[in-house]
Amino acid sequence: MQRSGSQKQQNYMFGNGTVTRGLTMKTIDLAVQSVTDLNRELHAQADKLNEKDWFVENPKGQHNIAVGLDEEISVDIKGPTGYYAAGMNKKATVTIHGNAGQGVAENMMSGKVHVTGNASQCAGATAHGGLLVIDGDAGARCGISMKGIDIVVKGSIGHMSCFMGQAGNLVVCGDAGETLGDSLYEVHIYVKGSVDSLGADCIEKEMRQEHIDELQGLLDAAGVDDEPSLFKRYGSARQLYNFQVDNASAY
Amino acid sequence: MCGIVGLYLKNNKYETRLGELFTPMLVAMTERGPDSAGFAIYGDEVADDWVKITLRHADLTYAWKVLSEGLKSSLSAEVDWFKNDRVAVFKVKAEEQSVIDYLEKYAPEALILSTGKSIEILKEVGLPTDISDSFNLPKMQGTHIIGHTRMATESAVTMAGSHPFSTGEDLCLVHNGSLSNHNRLRETLQDAGIKFETENDSEVAAGYLAHQLQMGKSLAEALDSALEDLDGFYTFTIGTKDGFAVMRDPIACKPAVIAETDDYVAMASEYQALTTLPGIEDAKVWEPEAAKLYVWERNSH
Repeated sequence: MQRSGSQKQQNYMFGNGTVTRGLTMKTIDLAVQSVTDLNRELHAQADKLNEKDWFVENPKGQHNIAVGLDEEISVDIKGPTGYYAAGMNKKATVTIHGNAGQGVAENMMSGKVHVTGNASQCAGATAHGGLLVIDGDAGARCGISMKGIDIVVKGSIGHMSCFMGQAGNLVVCGDAGETLGDSLYEVHIYVKGSVDSLGADCIEKEMRQEHIDELQGLLDAAGVDDEPSLFKRYGSARQLYNFQVDNASAY
Repeated sequence: MCGIVGLYLKNNKYETRLGELFTPMLVAMTERGPDSAGFAIYGDEVADDWVKITLRHADLTYAWKVLSEGLKSSLSAEVDWFKNDRVAVFKVKAEEQSVIDYLEKYAPEALILSTGKSIEILKEVGLPTDISDSFNLPKMQGTHIIGHTRMATESAVTMAGSHPFSTGEDLCLVHNGSLSNHNRLRETLQDAGIKFETENDSEVAAGYLAHQLQMGKSLAEALDSALEDLDGFYTFTIGTKDGFAVMRDPIACKPAVIAETDDYVAMASEYQALTTLPGIEDAKVWEPEAAKLYVWERNSH
């Protein structure tokens, strides 16, 4: 428990430290400038970093805020976002101070996206890497077809989550909705609360030490003070996607 | 696509500002539905022995006054009416059926948009902002209102295909989505005596609910049956005399977000439509679950 607390402190110090390195911060007000303007300025940081910390005001649920970033910058969005916020993110740390609409961090490659409120459906969908942390609940289809991202949801997730999930980890501190992990490949799913139902070929699996360690690392990274042994692990029974000679006539 | 929005006031704090608060919600959904728009507003309720009917005539100069005098003399009833653009709201102290019979006989070209004690449906083809202007929506008062911006998919862009669709006395429906079994269902409902004006799938959903209610089911029971009988994807918002209801299809294909404060409940296809509401920053905001019925109603009086 102490460990995760100190981890949070460390991140905070790191965040402060970057400002004193001499790089300035910049604020963009979406009541004045367009989302296209914002994204153009953020994209211009790729490979020629001169503004480390960005603040976005008055997002008011607009779509496509801070998509396609490709530099180690930090973007703080002060309010709720619409569809696809921080989509396709690479390297950047994006914090949404509020709720996020559909497809937050969709297809993220690396970096970190943090939603302080709830997220709508398809959070972290198809994402290849990075860390997505949702402080509240996530809607349906959370982590659908995920390909390597780590997702930590402090609340609950909706139905059809992790459908065809291929790689990465999905951690849920609350409950999971119906048909969790349907047609699952190799995502590790950890759920602390109840699961309404498991999808086809998704089964509960033994929690071995390596999984306790993996989960502890994910909880630490997300700043969650929870006990890994209270979680259950779910994964693929590998009956659906492996070639079976008995099914040869179906091909 | 299509956008749907609803605003239900829990108390009388904003009743004089209902139209003003609702207009930017409707206009915010223009990108989801630029083809036509409409709304159903509730308020200005008539007494039990009166009926309120919203009529629409394509001719802007149509002689509503002549119609009102005809109604007055032939039904020996008190009649009160006002005109708003191509629409007129008639309040008549008579049985609903007798008024409808008269209208069908003497003004068959006037489209009946709604009937009831409180509801007024207003809709047109065009941009939401133009339609709000032409009906002077920002000045309207009431207790609750639901609206729709249409991007046509299943049938033509026409006045008759615009939402909301009336589903019975003081009831109406707006729909975002697409039904795949509407042709077969329309035939079944026509056999049961339900009339349809268009090839529109949402009108079938409205007709379906009307039929279920006629069979004596409650709104909740009718919507429960709808989950079984309607094939396709949908978010419905249903206006009732005392409030509104929201329901999404069993896999929640179409978006919906709800915001609630001490003073109101608002729903919209996207959060963008809610950003201008007072106190939205501190509202409880969430996404309604699939196949779950949400209802907000003031205590029936």
